[in-house]
Amino acid sequence: MMKQDMVCIACPMGCKMEVSTIENGKTSYNVSGNKCPRGEQYAVKEMTNPTRMITSTVRLKNGHLARLPVRTSDAIPKDKIFDCMKTLDEVQVSSPVKAGEVIIEKLMGLDINIIATRSM
Amino acid sequence: MNYDIVVIGGGPAGLAAAIEAKENGVDNILVIERDRELGGILQQCIHNGFGLHVFKEELTGPEYAERFIEKLKEQGIEFKLDTMVLDINQEKVVTAVNTVDGLLHINAGAVVLAMGCRERTRGAINIPGTRASGVFSAGTAQRFVNMEGYMVGKEVVILGSGDIGLIMARRMTLEGAKVHAVVELMPFSGGLTRNIVQCLDDYNIPLLLSHTVVDVKGKDRVEEVVIAKVDDRRRPIPGTEQTFSCDTLLLSVGLIPENELSKSAGIKLDPITGGPVVNESMETSIEGVFACGNVVHVHDLVDWVTEESRRAGKYAARFVQKQLVVSKKPMETKGENGVRYIVPHKVQIENITDKLTLMLRVDNVYHNAKLVIKDGDKVIKSVKKRHLAPGEMETINLPAKDLANFEGNDIIVSLQLEEE
Repeated sequence: MMKQDMVCIACPMGCKMEVSTIENGKTSYNVSGNKCPRGEQYAVKEMTNPTRMITSTVRLKNGHLARLPVRTSDAIPKDKIFDCMKTLDEVQVSSPVKAGEVIIEKLMGLDINIIATRSM
Repeated sequence: MNYDIVVIGGGPAGLAAAIEAKENGVDNILVIERDRELGGILQQCIHNGFGLHVFKEELTGPEYAERFIEKLKEQGIEFKLDTMVLDINQEKVVTAVNTVDGLLHINAGAVVLAMGCRERTRGAINIPGTRASGVFSAGTAQRFVNMEGYMVGKEVVILGSGDIGLIMARRMTLEGAKVHAVVELMPFSGGLTRNIVQCLDDYNIPLLLSHTVVDVKGKDRVEEVVIAKVDDRRRPIPGTEQTFSCDTLLLSVGLIPENELSKSAGIKLDPITGGPVVNESMETSIEGVFACGNVVHVHDLVDWVTEESRRAGKYAARFVQKQLVVSKKPMETKGENGVRYIVPHKVQIENITDKLTLMLRVDNVYHNAKLVIKDGDKVIKSVKKRHLAPGEMETINLPAKDLANFEGNDIIVSLQLEEE
């Protein structure tokens, strides 16, 4: 059995959790210290397939500001973060844009879109 | 010009207060904002993590703002942009100026102060060294990068581990800069734990606790930043200096409630929070002048700002409707044993219909402690806390029925460490 301390980032509470890895034929995880079920979900995910939401901006033409804030529609694998940023570098949109509008469909072949986070 | 309620500031606090006042039956409301759009600082906070308490989902700053802006417009609440309030007085006359109306004198039935806060600057903390360009407050850099589209630097050192500093460490890294370190004077971070994990740990950015900047070098642009370890009295220890070759120093060294208007109006301020002394209704020392959000005390989550501002909006509406009771002898809240401050400062229990919400901060990091609410020596309620930190605001709700039995004049919140 292996123990690992982890801080939950599912919400701003930042629960301090302990994850023990149990190798008993197949690997399973026991999570403690979490105040809600999302903590356990996060801990297991972090051990197996860590992902992050990405928020950034793209270039905006004809808006009252130069940048349009965007985000991924769902969390993307952690190791794809910088590829995602590179993709966003190439993008320019033109005002008007509505919040929630899809800016890039199927980002890097994933089942994830880039969406605008404000109307401008 | 006459309005029932004038709200100063169109950020999250002002928006929530105005909407709540409207929903409580006041129609004649004006929101005054000095920027060219509503939403306040949320518009530059493009990261996510907002709204988990209020909306039960995770939103970015602009998304959170947009929901309130849409609601405000739906309700037909008036607002003026690009309008700077110059003065408010004890008679609740608001003086403002803009390029369309010129100078305005607005008579308000009630005023809600929602001006937010501002960042401490290099001058406020006396950082030594040359005055080369490349020293920014973290929030200014955030506005440049996220809204205006300017990158502020490539090789970065950040002083202060408040949330904005941590979030900018990640933001600068994502935009291709190298963040050498986040340097923190205190032995603990001032930011939320989740931000240390996902802004620093994820990108292997070192957090140097008990360190500070002792020199900034460079003629036109920053060339080097020198840091050193500090002792337990926060004085730099000679011989521990480290030099980073960089072009940018970001400062995330604290926020101060923006109370210039409050001061000139003669509103009583609390020296610890830097904001007005308020009662359960979020009313200041001037009758009919309310305050909410970061102008009262700096919050760590916008969700708490919204909650507090709704309270201010609701009670401002009651004031206008002449339903607010003025107690002859309000109770006072007092923090003990490491409870640094409590908002509200005064409580008139006559006005509390369901519960009293106490918002407070502690002065240090504590583990396995209890927040004990006392009426004199009598314990009314006790809340266990596994972890308390100055960067994390605590909220305690007291049901009205608990308050009714109070015999003393003070509501005391005391921190007690549990024995292991």
